[in-house]
Amino acid sequence: MREFIKARKNFKAGAIIAGILLFMALLSLFWTPYDPEKMDAASKLAGVSLAHPMGCDNFGRDILSRVMTGLRTTVVIAVGTVGIGAFFGSIIGSLTGYFGGTFDEIVMRVNDVLLAFPAVLLALVMVSLLGGGKYNVILALGIAFVPSFARMVRGEVMRCKDLDYVKNARLQGARDLRVIFVHILPNVMPVILSSVLIGFNNAVLAEAGMSYLGIGVQPPDASLGRMLSEAQGYLYGAPWYALFPGLILVLLILGVSLMGNE
Amino acid sequence: MKKKSLALLLSVVLTTVAVALGGCAGDKQEESSQITIGIPQDIEDSLDPMKATAAGTKEILFNIYEGLVKPDSDGNLNPAVASEYTITEEGKVYTFTIRDGIKFHDGSEVTADDVVYSLNRYADEQSGDALASAFSNIQSITAPDRKTVTITLNEPNADFLSYLTASVIPASNADPDTVAIGTGPYKYVSRSPQENIILESFDEYWDKDNAPQIKNITLKVIANADTIVTELNGGSIDMFCRLSSTQVSQLSDNFDVYTGTMNLVQALYLNNAVEPFNDVRVRQALCYAIDQQGILDMAFDGQGSIIGSAMYPTFGKYYMPELENAYPTDVEKAKALLAEAGYPDGFTFSITVPSNYQPHVDTAQVLAEQLKAVGVTANINLVEWASWLSDVYSGRQYEATVIGVDASMLSAGALLDRYRSDASGNFMNFNSASYDVALDAAESSIVDEEKTASFKECEQIISDEAASVYIQDMVNLVALNNKYDGYVFYPLYVQDFAKLHLK
Amino acid sequence: MNLTYVLKKLISLLFTLLLTAFLVFLAFSVIPGDPVTTMLGTQATPEKVAALREELGLDRPFLVRFVSWLGTFVDGTFGNSYSYHVTVRSMLAGKLPITLTMTVMAFLMILAISIPLGIYLARNSGGRTDRIMTVVNQTIMAFPPFFSGILLTLLFGLVLHLFTPGGYVSYTRSIPGFLGYLILPAVAIALPKAAMATNYLKASVLKEMKMDYVRTAYSRGNTTKGVLYGHVLRNAIIPVITFLGMTFTDMIAGSIIIEQVFSIPGIGRLLISSIANRDYPVVEAIVVLLAFFVIVTNFAIDIIYRLVDPRIRSAQEE
Repeated sequence: MREFIKARKNFKAGAIIAGILLFMALLSLFWTPYDPEKMDAASKLAGVSLAHPMGCDNFGRDILSRVMTGLRTTVVIAVGTVGIGAFFGSIIGSLTGYFGGTFDEIVMRVNDVLLAFPAVLLALVMVSLLGGGKYNVILALGIAFVPSFARMVRGEVMRCKDLDYVKNARLQGARDLRVIFVHILPNVMPVILSSVLIGFNNAVLAEAGMSYLGIGVQPPDASLGRMLSEAQGYLYGAPWYALFPGLILVLLILGVSLMGNE
Repeated sequence: MKKKSLALLLSVVLTTVAVALGGCAGDKQEESSQITIGIPQDIEDSLDPMKATAAGTKEILFNIYEGLVKPDSDGNLNPAVASEYTITEEGKVYTFTIRDGIKFHDGSEVTADDVVYSLNRYADEQSGDALASAFSNIQSITAPDRKTVTITLNEPNADFLSYLTASVIPASNADPDTVAIGTGPYKYVSRSPQENIILESFDEYWDKDNAPQIKNITLKVIANADTIVTELNGGSIDMFCRLSSTQVSQLSDNFDVYTGTMNLVQALYLNNAVEPFNDVRVRQALCYAIDQQGILDMAFDGQGSIIGSAMYPTFGKYYMPELENAYPTDVEKAKALLAEAGYPDGFTFSITVPSNYQPHVDTAQVLAEQLKAVGVTANINLVEWASWLSDVYSGRQYEATVIGVDASMLSAGALLDRYRSDASGNFMNFNSASYDVALDAAESSIVDEEKTASFKECEQIISDEAASVYIQDMVNLVALNNKYDGYVFYPLYVQDFAKLHLK
Repeated sequence: MNLTYVLKKLISLLFTLLLTAFLVFLAFSVIPGDPVTTMLGTQATPEKVAALREELGLDRPFLVRFVSWLGTFVDGTFGNSYSYHVTVRSMLAGKLPITLTMTVMAFLMILAISIPLGIYLARNSGGRTDRIMTVVNQTIMAFPPFFSGILLTLLFGLVLHLFTPGGYVSYTRSIPGFLGYLILPAVAIALPKAAMATNYLKASVLKEMKMDYVRTAYSRGNTTKGVLYGHVLRNAIIPVITFLGMTFTDMIAGSIIIEQVFSIPGIGRLLISSIANRDYPVVEAIVVLLAFFVIVTNFAIDIIYRLVDPRIRSAQEE
């Protein structure tokens, strides 16, 4: 019981942190304190002040406004990535897990090979293949995330397919696809959902890492990773430039991981 | 148990810190004549001077190789491998006398055969480089004796001597790609990919007046531009060129900052062959829309010299300062021109920028912001240098790009030649019949005033046609640790390490 | 663990390696961006491009190129770099020790932190230290290594002046200097992984402590210490081994980014610059070798797993 309450507390704390950040990201669609792309020579690398709670960057752009839009970019990419990974991973995983056989053998062999490449490496090579930009990053990371989802779902489906209720459904004449998507998948959902939260964090990390390397979101679009990489050049004069985007990134990951920690 | 594990933890942490301190302290020994110079990119094309294409490579090889003649910091061509030369009156026959006793880094003496071999390599259409077209004018290269080289041209060419800065290498070197042997003040010692290149002064260098003064040079590759300032301040490099003003403002007191010019034509280059830039009114509208001083203020702390055509001020008599203000910033006029051209609501295009050149990336960001005022949306497309070369420069598959173009030889013609409608370097697809005529007149002229007048006509046409949106010749800020002295700017894209010395 | 099983595994391992190599080679054959135009730079003309393509053998059919490329793995040269005109093997030889040392250092740090701390926290589960450490762990896990790296640079380099940012010292010049420089990057990589490993070990020990055999051991009069080190740890460590194995490969990949933060000229830097230069032989070799490393590590984990845990052994071999 105590464990349960503790878990609830974690979840609540995580949800609050993630919720605030999500709100900031959503808010940036309608309102930011300043135009995040508006340059102002007078406030280049200006420090923290009431007017600019997180200071200004090397073009005099308001860092808070850029963090808000950057956060949005990061969240959109993470959601897109996990969406692609979970969707295609579930389909591939459930089909191979359910039917088995040679098809399963081939797909899973390729899957194993893809799993041998660290996701960031795979995405890195793919982005250099497709070119940079938000959508290509989503695509590349999404594809890189498919194998792990596929393997996980496949395992779950294999476990479920011999359970009694599934056997019953089959006996009653339900077709295979119906059995998979109506009877088995809903039961696998909780497992998928918890991997989605972990996947979300991995996607945030991967996107930030790629943008940090300069192989990701393109300027003037803000992204937390890109801001960090640009800020590193001003570490001496304007440490806040690196600090705030980094801290927001940490908070986002912390919030989501607390939620997933039940 | 509790205590033990904590103690273990503590000891791990302490050892870690101790080793860290020891490591840093041990690294701080100073050698009397040694300097570490940061370079933004490794030599990734070749150590062979003929195959070297990147400006970053050429500026290093400048210290290793020399040609028959060599430029000095005032832009004069002085005899180098040759001790003297004569040119016949009609300008067709050049005779060079090889300097007495001049040696390659491997100790062998330079012979006329080496010179003939080297120049023939450049002239060879198959393996040669940009010089091949200039050298196609050569009728013959011969060595009448061990110490003399004679070059005969088909047509006289006033610029020809500047092409003889082409490096002389020993004919015996079988693998110039990886073994660098020249006659320059520094000899190549070794390299580690993406890490460093080691040079050492050449004791038998012929020019005793300009002999290298620092014995060991380490060129350290700093691929991550964001760490340049921390490395300078931290003392792991002593010198870095082409810093931004923001970087300079963060330097500690240990550095002297030298201010010069980059000798580049930085512009928003437009692909004149694609819509909407095939309409001169659109190109002019962009010229009116942007504010060059605003770019300088925002991204370069106000430093840099504004230009109005494809020529920079270092070229003195060829440069036309009156073009700088040919298109004063005028948003209304820009909008009117756009409306006239059929874009009353503006349009959207993308600026392709090589991601490894931060000044150009910064410029593009400011440009995009300025263009919003006339309703034009510019998306920035950052690409790797490799993609830039293949897509923009060679493939010409782009709309606009921000880049700096240099004159690889000491000749104004090199800057203007690329605007000829059929030039291989005409990546902006500029096409003007009157321009081609003016350029031909300039290049065939041997009378200086005529040549200057024709070059100026070319510049005027480029400005009138708004071939691209010209911005500036960027400021070149060089940080040098104040233990050292002697940094010298050249009117070319080179670094002369031999002039550096301890204070 | 019988021989047929190992043999079967080995054959499937070889097959996987071959497939990996093929996929990588295929990917780089369809990538846009021609290495030849990059090499020729601003001086590319159609004739020169054609001549260089022939010189590099790029005009041959795909399968011929693939087979000759595989050959370079057999003779151990891994092909020739387009940019440096030397064998890829000679380039990797100088870089591998750097990345590997950094990764091994990080790995040792993870072990040094997580094993004592995990056991300590398990034994004092529910106490104040435990509760504080849970929060601390959770927070540390949320720090991306490259951000920790920037923070460590800021703290040790710019505030405390104990560290020269970018002042990497080659191992050929000074071993202590080399190791000293790698400490901070290793810490940046190790921190989040150490926090995870600590949690893992703690949870695993707590789970094992609830097992029947532990009660039996206690009833035989063993002390907590005896039970813990004599019985529990051996079993509790198994899931941690898997985790650490995965971590090791993860860290090699993570080093790509960390090397950028600290300007360390290791494999990661070489990879990034080679991608930018379209130096495909180098990129292909690094990517394939990394994947090989992961695959072989997984294979090794699988075998170790079986050696440590007799239950899996019997279950699999039936």
